[in-house]
Amino acid sequence: MKALLDFLHRIEPDKKKSPLLHTAYDAFFTFAFTPNTVTKGGVHIRDGMDLKRTMVHVVLALQLCYIFGTFNIGHQHFSALGQYTGLLEGFHLKLVYGLVKLLPIFVVTHLVGLGIEFFYAAKKGHAVEEGFLVSGALIPLIMPPDIPMWILTLSIVFAVIIGKEAFGGTGMNILNIALLARVFVFFAYPTYISGDEVWIAGIEKAGVGQYVGQEYGAVYGFFDWIFNGLGWSTFGQGGMAAVDGYTGATPLSLGAKGGWEAITQVYNESQMWWGTIPGSIGETSKPFIILGALFLIFTKVADWRIMVSAALGVVVCGMMLNGLAPDQITADTSGIQKFMAIPWHYHFYMGSFLFAMAFMATDPVTAAGTPRGKWIYGFLIGFVGLIIRVMNPAYPEGWMLAILLLNVFSPLIDHYVAEGNIKRRQRRQALVAKRVKGGEVAVEAAVVE
Amino acid sequence: MRSVFSKIALIVVFASMFVELNAQAAGGGASSWLINGLVAVAILVFFYVVINVSDNLLAIEAKNSGIDTKKVNLGLFPNLSELFGSKLPDYTAGHVVKRLTKGHDIRLEGEAAAKVADATGVTRYAVQPPNVIGIQPIPKLEVEIGASVKAGDPIFYDKLMPEVKFVAPVSGEVIAVNRGAKRAITEVVILADREQQYRKLDTPNLHTASRSELMDFLMGSGIWPFIRQRPFNVLPTPGQAPRDIFVSTFDTAPLAPDLNIVVAGREAAFQKGIDVLARLTDGEVHLGLDGRGKTKPADAFLNASNARKYFFTGAHPAGNVGIQIHHIAPVGGHDTVWTLGVQEVITLGNMFLTGHFDTSRVIALTGAELKDPHYVRTYAGANVGELLAGNLASDHVRYISGDVLSGEAKAADGFLNLHDDQVTVIEEGDYYELFGWLLPLSARPSISRTFPNFLFPDQQFKANTNTHGEKRAFVVTNDYEEVMPMDIYTQQLMKAIVVSDFEKMEGLGILELVEEDVALCEFVCVSKQPLQQILRQGLDAVRSQS
Repeated sequence: MKALLDFLHRIEPDKKKSPLLHTAYDAFFTFAFTPNTVTKGGVHIRDGMDLKRTMVHVVLALQLCYIFGTFNIGHQHFSALGQYTGLLEGFHLKLVYGLVKLLPIFVVTHLVGLGIEFFYAAKKGHAVEEGFLVSGALIPLIMPPDIPMWILTLSIVFAVIIGKEAFGGTGMNILNIALLARVFVFFAYPTYISGDEVWIAGIEKAGVGQYVGQEYGAVYGFFDWIFNGLGWSTFGQGGMAAVDGYTGATPLSLGAKGGWEAITQVYNESQMWWGTIPGSIGETSKPFIILGALFLIFTKVADWRIMVSAALGVVVCGMMLNGLAPDQITADTSGIQKFMAIPWHYHFYMGSFLFAMAFMATDPVTAAGTPRGKWIYGFLIGFVGLIIRVMNPAYPEGWMLAILLLNVFSPLIDHYVAEGNIKRRQRRQALVAKRVKGGEVAVEAAVVE
Repeated sequence: MRSVFSKIALIVVFASMFVELNAQAAGGGASSWLINGLVAVAILVFFYVVINVSDNLLAIEAKNSGIDTKKVNLGLFPNLSELFGSKLPDYTAGHVVKRLTKGHDIRLEGEAAAKVADATGVTRYAVQPPNVIGIQPIPKLEVEIGASVKAGDPIFYDKLMPEVKFVAPVSGEVIAVNRGAKRAITEVVILADREQQYRKLDTPNLHTASRSELMDFLMGSGIWPFIRQRPFNVLPTPGQAPRDIFVSTFDTAPLAPDLNIVVAGREAAFQKGIDVLARLTDGEVHLGLDGRGKTKPADAFLNASNARKYFFTGAHPAGNVGIQIHHIAPVGGHDTVWTLGVQEVITLGNMFLTGHFDTSRVIALTGAELKDPHYVRTYAGANVGELLAGNLASDHVRYISGDVLSGEAKAADGFLNLHDDQVTVIEEGDYYELFGWLLPLSARPSISRTFPNFLFPDQQFKANTNTHGEKRAFVVTNDYEEVMPMDIYTQQLMKAIVVSDFEKMEGLGILELVEEDVALCEFVCVSKQPLQQILRQGLDAVRSQS
């Protein structure tokens, strides 16, 4: 160990001569070794928890979503072509297909994001901060599997520079970085992230209502060679036509047009629950997201108040929308009204609410910071998000916009909660003063906990 | 707050039951959703009204029959603490008990064994001007090097308040006046006599003297700097009576001394001290007592007269006097209150009992790096190195006057701070740890459940001074709230201090805090922010404004 440390100290680049190199060195060095700094003034011992450890626990909580997301990319692709429709059929093909799609996204995300972080850290002369550990793990999970790399790059550049570095780096940003990247794609390149056809990888539109699978390239050929050797099934050439009636539609886009009935014609509840449906890479599997959320709640890395109140917001808003929906659904009923009539609890099955609630809304930097503020913040996310999901005709999902909206409002929420604290303190003070003046001995402050 | 939650929970349960029944009666289907929704809302409102009205009627009835509803819960909703809380020990009966739910006990190795030895090896004692906040850095010395002094003889005074004397804690010879930056006096060192000699104090009669006579006596006799005035934790304003006086009779800090041991044998002096304090305020002397039930408070505390007693339960910082003030009668506005430690009260009492300025202290020598952690009997301002002579298990250590959270690091030749009754010695943590943030090799104290140690709440840790991570911008969620048993938004307050927003600082309660109250928040801080330092900056800024 000592020899390794000596070696590492010997190769440490000079901070003045090559700041970027030194920053990169420092980032990797502190990643490998907890620094030898000791407390100075103030407390003499420190909690073992630091920002790196906090962040890495979010990444850990996402791992099940990663594994399932990888598999589901392949599963959706083959299901659309009518091949290996059973869940475990062609498992290796689905996994490899998913990996080939996901890995470039993951690598590009980290190269671009961390590259910018390193650059700014060197420029500003501080250590590389851990914020992008989580953003970098979240961004691939909320992108469509077929997203072109240049769009991904642009969105991350935008999110990290405008969303974070412009405000001063990790801990200073107002908006959630991962969502900012996604909202950039959403508004700048709407065809790549909205609509029906984008959520399943490797399917191209050949004409009206006609879809074909992409031809498999050289990478798959390499895997075919391995699989052949093992005697397993292979990718083959590709270019097959999709199954009849394939539309690539997600439950939400079906629901926006035809309500619950239209959804259940294509997907059943257990498919939606387990996540074998098209969608963003990491958002589909509800049990795995819930496991991740429970992990975060248990380790107290994320605040349970936000998750619970967000779910509460969905329940209340869902009930209200149910109340507003017409009694009888007829042929004349509009899509929105049919969507409104979907029983509130089914909203948890569809789309990315759970993912957004567990991993996006709980971002400690952009969420409200006071316990009371968190209840309000979470509830409004659930409430506003569902309104956007149901009422917005352009795009049948709302959490991204709702969370960004509430990110902007969370300082205001905190402000009023803090004002409440100030008022409470004044009242308490007046009470104490009155009792002291009146010579009354019992000074029982009405302390609100 | 809690009862509001239980109300809501109860109502939601009732309402959902009725909605379910109603849905079955209507035969389900999308058509009934509107009706169901309305019925649900109506039932919610109905139950809320019924329950609230009956709850309030009970409260009114209780008030009319003269029952104190704060002590006895007559409402329809049980408090969670009544249902699940541990039973209170018998001796709390009839007293106000404040149950604090926030906080965290840091358990460290090296607790002092319950034996009190005489610190025979200590020869040097010091009076340290920096120990007292609110005086100028270069006070006026009244003695020269080589002068011999008795315990209680004036050593120096602050030129702005010459009536407040700082006196010698022991008799002996002044051997050094050490200076720090800008020639500020940091230590006046006295080589103690083998046989202590005391200056005979001109103690006024406690029962006949006026308050101003008493105050003058206290300012001139040397006890004044032992008292701390809140807000700001400063030297009390000369001649000004405090609103109330607070004394905490238990210490919950890591490895803190057991004050039952400290007070043993000096009960009369403690009671006398309380009697004196009661003469100095129009308000009350408030005693905070240990209600946690592990050890029964000493009779000196339990049976103290002339003071109001409050029991506190909960983890650290329940024993901090600042937390207790917040729950008894918070400071703010133009109020000032005094706080004293138990040993300061004893010194004060002895001045009236014996007529001597007797600063004898029982100090806990603690920490995992000591061979034999135990209590010693010495005097205020004892030399740390001499206290620990022959007791150290290793030499790569940090000496702390006080506890690991709010104490001050001392050189081996430093002196115990004026208000401290504990020395802690822990290992310096200046080493690199491979993937220490991810897979730590050694157990370390933490409130986080990402470490498996939370499964063993009684585990004792061998903590060191490593920061376990680097300083970052505030990325904390709920960590401070978990350990802060006051109605204070720590993070918001700290940010207000950093941006010098005076109105907000005072509004958010900076005047209720001193360093030790936020020390636990600083310990748990994921971003490794120096909260105590920030707080002191804020306090200094507010103090210079007023």
